[in-house]
Amino acid sequence: MNIPKSFLGYKRENGRAGTRNHVIILPVDDISNACAEAVANNIKGTIALPHSYGRLQFGADLELHFRTMIGTGKNPNVAAVIVIGIEPKWTKRIVDEIAKTGKPVEGFHIERTGDIGTIMKASKKAQEFSQWASEKQREECPLSDLWISVKCGESDTTSGLASNPTVGNLMEKLEPFGVHLCFGETSELTGAEKICASRGSTKEASEKFMKTWNAYNDFILKEATDDLSESQPTAGNIAGGLTTIEEKAFGNFQKIGNLKFIDVLEPAEEPKKGKGLYFMDTSSAAAECVTLQAAGGFNIHLFPTGQGNIIGNPIEPVVKLTANPLTAKLMKEHVDCDVSKILSREMNLSQAGDELIKTMLRVANGRLTCAEALGHREFVMTKLYRSA
Amino acid sequence: MSQPDLIIHDEKDNVGVVVIESTKKGQNCNAWIMENDKTVDVSSANEVPLGHKIALKDLKVGDTIFKYGHDIGKVVKEIKKGEHVHVHNVKTKKW
Repeated sequence: MNIPKSFLGYKRENGRAGTRNHVIILPVDDISNACAEAVANNIKGTIALPHSYGRLQFGADLELHFRTMIGTGKNPNVAAVIVIGIEPKWTKRIVDEIAKTGKPVEGFHIERTGDIGTIMKASKKAQEFSQWASEKQREECPLSDLWISVKCGESDTTSGLASNPTVGNLMEKLEPFGVHLCFGETSELTGAEKICASRGSTKEASEKFMKTWNAYNDFILKEATDDLSESQPTAGNIAGGLTTIEEKAFGNFQKIGNLKFIDVLEPAEEPKKGKGLYFMDTSSAAAECVTLQAAGGFNIHLFPTGQGNIIGNPIEPVVKLTANPLTAKLMKEHVDCDVSKILSREMNLSQAGDELIKTMLRVANGRLTCAEALGHREFVMTKLYRSA
Repeated sequence: MSQPDLIIHDEKDNVGVVVIESTKKGQNCNAWIMENDKTVDVSSANEVPLGHKIALKDLKVGDTIFKYGHDIGKVVKEIKKGEHVHVHNVKTKKW
């Protein structure tokens, strides 16, 4: 297949390009959700991103909260941002960082004003942003403007056999075009961790990966009461035929094809070493992982599923593929790309990779994903430990 | 290129994955090895559903299960060639 060299995206002030053109209403903390949702309800063409945290967090956990908030606002799929928090200081910190991209952003705090006054002020600004963003046009952007993140979910053995290798095939074909790529799921590489570490492009990258995985594994061993057999693999994984975490991990690992990763990112960290594949330290829970990758700046997501995970994200379109013929049939409305013919050998891996590239580019150009059409907007913050 | 009943990732593997809706008891299954494009036959001892594994040889307690050519766990209950391989007879070596 001749791979198109460009897609139609929204060019942003900082040189990045978006596959979407969202105006978001971003609450800094849980208690500002009501206000943010009221503004999004008032002003069409905006979406609120409610979440559960943002109060009394401290240390690395607080830094991750800020990194996720700021990264979400900076993501090129976002045209403009309204930030609403209870207090001015943390609100301003987020606004100031997002403003560095050059995109329109304005902060509002609720103390000394109350919800209703804040909703009125923020709605006026949100209307201005929404109408401004609505005039943005898609323009031709090089393929290298795509930052592609991947994560699999409700995996079964068909994931490791076919849908994950299809993603790997896409990665192998698109890496030469200079795209950014990202995989994560620290816990679900358990059993394949040494093989994964050997895929670091440098000794530093490999060592950084092992350090990250070891830190996670130490935490699991410390917290586990009995074993993780009830959680990893999940009941859904087991129903789909996956027996052990090792089996799940080797299946998971197929998503990066034969590529090597150039660096290891903190959760929600933006890559700084240019084009290529990155590993991000993330939870293996779907919504948490995609939220972190979107905050890292990734603008389109590929999600292979076996038994049928239905996740979406409010700002990063999630393209779903499956190789499980039953899932493709019974959960058709959730499947953007059906590669189940690999199992019957009516399609080979390279053909499946081509299909996925075509589907992904249609979505990058504006086609709604199944998850977008169905209204999936899972925005889930990762919390590292208890609040103060 | 007929439709396989089982797919085996790697020549080293001692399990294959069912890729039809379910095998029947005693069914002679056509298994395709992805790595080298060879095929082998194995008789399914049970009804095994899509996505689940079948043993390609007799396995005893303590043996290692290989899939993708890699170690994915240990046998905890004896398994005969053709039998269903899953959580009732295989456990992780990790936890």
